[in-house]
Amino acid sequence: MIPQSIQDLFKKFGSLPVVVGCLFITTLYVSVCNLAFSEGSALHVSTYTVTLFGKYLCYALLALAVDLVWGYCGILSLGHGAFFALGGYAMGMYLMRQIGDRGVYGNPELPDFMVFLNWESLPWYWAGSDSFIWMIFMVLAGPGLLAYIFGSMAFRSRVSGVYLSIMTQAMTYALMLAFFRNEMGFGGNNGLTDFKDILGFSLQSDTTRIVLFALTALFLALGFALCHFIVNSKMGRVVTAIRDSESRVRFIGYKPEHYKVWIFVVSAMLAGIAGAMYVPQVGIINPGEFSPLNSIEMVIWVAIGGRGSLYGAIIGALVVSYAKTRFTAIMPEAWLYALGGLFVLVTLLLPKGIAGFVPSVLDKFKQAKKDKSIAEKRAAEVKS
Amino acid sequence: MLRTFCLIFTMLISALSATASAAEDFDALINQLPHKNLRNITPLLEKIAAQDDERVRFVLTEIVNGDLYYLKSNKQVVSIRKTPDGDYQLTAIIGEQALENQSKSAMKKIRTSNRIRSDIRGLLAQLDLTHKKEAVRLAAVKQILDDPNSESIALIKKHLKTEKSEDVVQLMETAMAVNQFKTGSVQEKTSATKALKNSLEPSVRNAMVQELNRLSEYKNSELSEDDKALKAALTKAIDSIKQKRSIYEFIENLFFGLSLGSVLLLAAIGLAITFGVMGVINMAHGEMIMLGAYTTYVVQQLFPQWIDYSLFIAIPAAFIVSGSVGILIERGVIRFLKGRPLETLLATFGISLILQQLVRTIFSPLNRTVAAPEWMSGSWQINPIFSITYNRLYIVIFALAVFFALLAFMKRSSLGLHVRAVAQNREMARALSVRSDRVDAITFGLGSGIAGIAGVVLSQLTNVGPNLGQSYIIDSFLVVVFGGVGNLWGTLVAAMSLGSFNKFLEPLTGSVLANIIVLVGLVLFIQKRPKGLFPQKGRAAE
Repeated sequence: MIPQSIQDLFKKFGSLPVVVGCLFITTLYVSVCNLAFSEGSALHVSTYTVTLFGKYLCYALLALAVDLVWGYCGILSLGHGAFFALGGYAMGMYLMRQIGDRGVYGNPELPDFMVFLNWESLPWYWAGSDSFIWMIFMVLAGPGLLAYIFGSMAFRSRVSGVYLSIMTQAMTYALMLAFFRNEMGFGGNNGLTDFKDILGFSLQSDTTRIVLFALTALFLALGFALCHFIVNSKMGRVVTAIRDSESRVRFIGYKPEHYKVWIFVVSAMLAGIAGAMYVPQVGIINPGEFSPLNSIEMVIWVAIGGRGSLYGAIIGALVVSYAKTRFTAIMPEAWLYALGGLFVLVTLLLPKGIAGFVPSVLDKFKQAKKDKSIAEKRAAEVKS
Repeated sequence: MLRTFCLIFTMLISALSATASAAEDFDALINQLPHKNLRNITPLLEKIAAQDDERVRFVLTEIVNGDLYYLKSNKQVVSIRKTPDGDYQLTAIIGEQALENQSKSAMKKIRTSNRIRSDIRGLLAQLDLTHKKEAVRLAAVKQILDDPNSESIALIKKHLKTEKSEDVVQLMETAMAVNQFKTGSVQEKTSATKALKNSLEPSVRNAMVQELNRLSEYKNSELSEDDKALKAALTKAIDSIKQKRSIYEFIENLFFGLSLGSVLLLAAIGLAITFGVMGVINMAHGEMIMLGAYTTYVVQQLFPQWIDYSLFIAIPAAFIVSGSVGILIERGVIRFLKGRPLETLLATFGISLILQQLVRTIFSPLNRTVAAPEWMSGSWQINPIFSITYNRLYIVIFALAVFFALLAFMKRSSLGLHVRAVAQNREMARALSVRSDRVDAITFGLGSGIAGIAGVVLSQLTNVGPNLGQSYIIDSFLVVVFGGVGNLWGTLVAAMSLGSFNKFLEPLTGSVLANIIVLVGLVLFIQKRPKGLFPQKGRAAE
């Protein structure tokens, strides 16, 4: 089965090198096949597929963020879509400003929708949005700040469990309503779209797409490494302890709310990065990303992949997203049935998801093998 | 005997011929119309107006609108309507049968002038003032009130003595006072102002404000004593009217708030049972509401002839449908997830997706309209600036009725006792031979059933679509949490105060922003007091 050397490696470093290795190989394969082989060749990977993979990897990073708070800290956030979308909007604002005077109205300063609304100048919160550095800062600061404010209030007053989930859901719902308003200055219903280029590279070109894809993979690998590091650090131990028994941790003398806020902010920033990588590849960001349904879908990726296991979250996001793409193409009606069914079945039958299911089956298999050999030995002993 | 019979017979005949002759008279008068010209048509119109015939009003309005014609060929009087393809659709006045469509060249208009039209309006007003229905008379007086002139006021004076209805008399007097105010001398104006200071009619206020503005253009020294008195009276009257209006505006907002609150209450009360009492997170609660709404739709489709009574069938039907689906969910899924609230949340969310898609498959993703019964429409006009629509009024009453019924069930019935016992201490209740499994299923069914009833109510207010429930689930949860979990009274207070708060904010901020502010406010409130307005007391560490 699995070679002994790989098993040893696994034991030593956990899943880190495996995941990073897989990511590296996939990225290399996809890029080479897209760029080196011409269209029509059997090995060619179309740009569409590259973008699709890039989208999946963004989702995987997002799932990682959700898993970090839910799987390791027991905070079921139904509002991670908000952090994702905020990161996306930060990137979208930057890309919007890069359009310059190539928009429909040809206004060098204002994005099209503002011209359409008869606005005279950029609102104050758009200040600096044409700077790449500022954009990177906002991608991290926007979701991070929201998570910090929300988290520090909620965790200090010991809102937890289901209450917290509903609060986070209300938060993303309120944000969705707010972003749907034209007066907010984020494009209202239509969101931000029609992007032209990033740092001077056209978003339509294959090379840019490959680079974006590779960057997403890189960020995913870094995110995975970061989460791996956090989870296995001393601090991660405390976080896990909080998940298992918060009051006991508090009685020992830790302050659970500090740890929770910290991990919530890190997770929100990861989600923000995922959103920022998502927008240039998909080409649009609109308030629909804030919808509570999206946030719940993220949770189901983690639940299916296996919460409390970082690679499980990635697998879950990839598998469910891929299934969604296939399903909605073949029979769009059936997708919600399938998703709903997955929710029910996974919670009822697979509480640990795929990542928990496969090892347990392997264990059983091994156990059975062991039992068999023991039985054979005994039989041999009895004979002799 | 024979003589009596003969007498009755003759009387019958004469009665019949009397009505017949009235109709004949009307017909004869109508037939004269084509032969009249602008100068001599008025007496004929007056004669027509004096006829006791239902068609009089119609004919006169058609003349005013310029839709009464006669055919050149046979002088038949017709009313015309333009059809979409440019032709004209004709209806004969006598006999009321539809004729073939004709082009305009075959007909000639019954000509009128401005003067004649205003005469006809006077005639129509008179007709309305003597109409049998009180509402028509009221409307007629109201129209005069908006623009009083000497003729219409003379009409009112004429009919004031014979008028029996209190409301109409009052309105007539207001109209006369307004006329006096507009045309009278300064002293008369002052006295009229005093008489009118309690009137809430918008036209009264407009007239007063106009007069006050006119007076304000002069300097104080230029005004005579009488003018000054009038000015003072006007200021006072306008202030008093303003004050009254603001009071009614407040009441109106409060009522809107309460009606929104009762919708929230209905949506949340089922959740208050399943979440508050049982501690089960049911994300499919919104879909139970949706199922109730669709049940109403199905009931109306099944019995299209009984729309007026459909709600009475739909309420128990929705309770049963949603309730049994609820029991099915409890037995099939939720009972395996006891003590794992987050998993319950996810599983029930999955169920909600399935139910939504199921409805989409069966009823199509388009919105369905549910008809409102006759008795739900219309409004109760309490005074000129304040009215209550019946549907909202009934919903408030109904929501409160459901609430108190549920409260009585929980507090008085033995099943309610069992439910509370299981909620407080499952093991202890089981030890005392309460069948907790059965209680769980029934409680869940009850909560879901009430959600179904909420769906029936919502179907009267909004479109029925697959996403109906989704938009209420977050609000419902917040109401329950805000009120304090496990506390039905808290839910009532929370729903009503949230509804009112929303409606009082709305005029200031617009509805979406009001919604956002309420949501954010709630989130902040729950951070501050995680157990809601009325927390349950307990001694657990968490």
